[in-house]
Amino acid sequence: MYKNIDSNKRRTVLLIFVFLIFVIGLGYLLSWYFDNQFILVLAVLIATIQALVSYYYSDSITLAISGAKEVPHQEPFLNLHRAVENLALTAGLPKPKIFLIQDSAPNAFATGRDPQHASLAVTTGLLEKLNKTELEGVVAHEMSHIGNYDIRLMTLIVVLVGVVALLSDFFLRWTWFGSRRRSDGESGQIQLILFIVAIVLAILAPLVATVIQLAISRKREFLADASGALLTRYPEGLASALEKIAQDREPLEVANKATAHLYIESPFKKSTAQGKGWLVGLFTTHPPVEERIRRLKAMIK
Amino acid sequence: MIVLWITLGIVGILIIWFIAVFNGIVTLKNRTKEAWSDIDVQLKRRHDLIPNLIETVKGYATHEKEVFQKVTEARSQAMQAKGAEETGKAENILTDTLKSLFAVSENYPQLRATENFQKLQDELTDTENKIEASRRFYNGNVRDFNTMIQVFPNSMVAGMTGSKEFELFGMDEAEKETPQVKF
Repeated sequence: MYKNIDSNKRRTVLLIFVFLIFVIGLGYLLSWYFDNQFILVLAVLIATIQALVSYYYSDSITLAISGAKEVPHQEPFLNLHRAVENLALTAGLPKPKIFLIQDSAPNAFATGRDPQHASLAVTTGLLEKLNKTELEGVVAHEMSHIGNYDIRLMTLIVVLVGVVALLSDFFLRWTWFGSRRRSDGESGQIQLILFIVAIVLAILAPLVATVIQLAISRKREFLADASGALLTRYPEGLASALEKIAQDREPLEVANKATAHLYIESPFKKSTAQGKGWLVGLFTTHPPVEERIRRLKAMIK
Repeated sequence: MIVLWITLGIVGILIIWFIAVFNGIVTLKNRTKEAWSDIDVQLKRRHDLIPNLIETVKGYATHEKEVFQKVTEARSQAMQAKGAEETGKAENILTDTLKSLFAVSENYPQLRATENFQKLQDELTDTENKIEASRRFYNGNVRDFNTMIQVFPNSMVAGMTGSKEFELFGMDEAEKETPQVKF
């Protein structure tokens, strides 16, 4: 448990470090090519500010892009509040803020930089479709993510890696379309540098994806399942919740590439995920749900 | 000369080890104390709810003085209890008397229909669930702490610094007593 926390904190530092090197390196490359020191200064500034903002505000950003609203402490949400309060007590953590996403697809995620600044988001579909023990199972799974500091790393990834993935996407498209449209001499030089950047990014993008895979390994989800089951002492709850979530064919509309790995179960349903191409393929961050259910059921003795 | 250096080295390592174990004990001790305060908050809330409950029930069930008295007594016993083990026992007695209070209130449909009564009953149930939740966290910590100071060689550090074991909270008597076999 405490080993996991340490390793997560280390990985967070590593992630920020890699990000800083990446953006500043990109800035250096551009400033060297254009012979302009200003670009490097700008890159350093942007990278630093972005890293700081990500550390302190990535949870708010994540909640905002998911369209989550804070849940008032009153009916009909009292049961949800109580489930969270009780599991927070059992886990010895402060009660996280609770948010609601208006979406009929059942899913949930936790975010924040530490247990003191943690938030838990559930969809309306989750509240409608799950019973009490299943809901407790899901909340317990998320509480373990909070206790393990998984949330800090996973949420930072949303913003930092999201930017890198977006940049590489952007550069690739730009040069691809640009090189086909224009081939005259004047823009040739810019074309060339953009092409180099694009190549670099194209090489880096899978690397970045690997970083994500490393960070959000299958082990992390299995671990959260196991410690969640330990909190409720009732693995059946989470197992049957996962079954329901997996069987539900509705895709979660508010989830995107950057936030997908946060959710308790992949928000892209198999039918839709296949159509979305290589990026989604790289971001398949969840172990197969059948395997998770099997392991949970094996705990029932 | 070499012997001196080796001796100094061993002493140095021993001191570092002592500090590490000592700090570990202190950290776990504080965490356990914090866990106890979680329980304490919930126990206080429970004790505060009971007078309200008695007042509400009194309004309808006027002839059940004995039950009220028992609950009140159990409550003040529980409030005076010191230490986890004693508190646990007193709270168990309080739970039993509350059960009889709710059993009595079953006979008064009008009482059960009141919003106030329902709300109090609901809050008491919630409090009891929370006591149970914080109990599990506390007992988990107590077990970690006790194991830590009992195992050798940590036990020497614990003995030298006077660290005492924590008591588990609220084990049911049935859980604790060894079953008696009678012929």
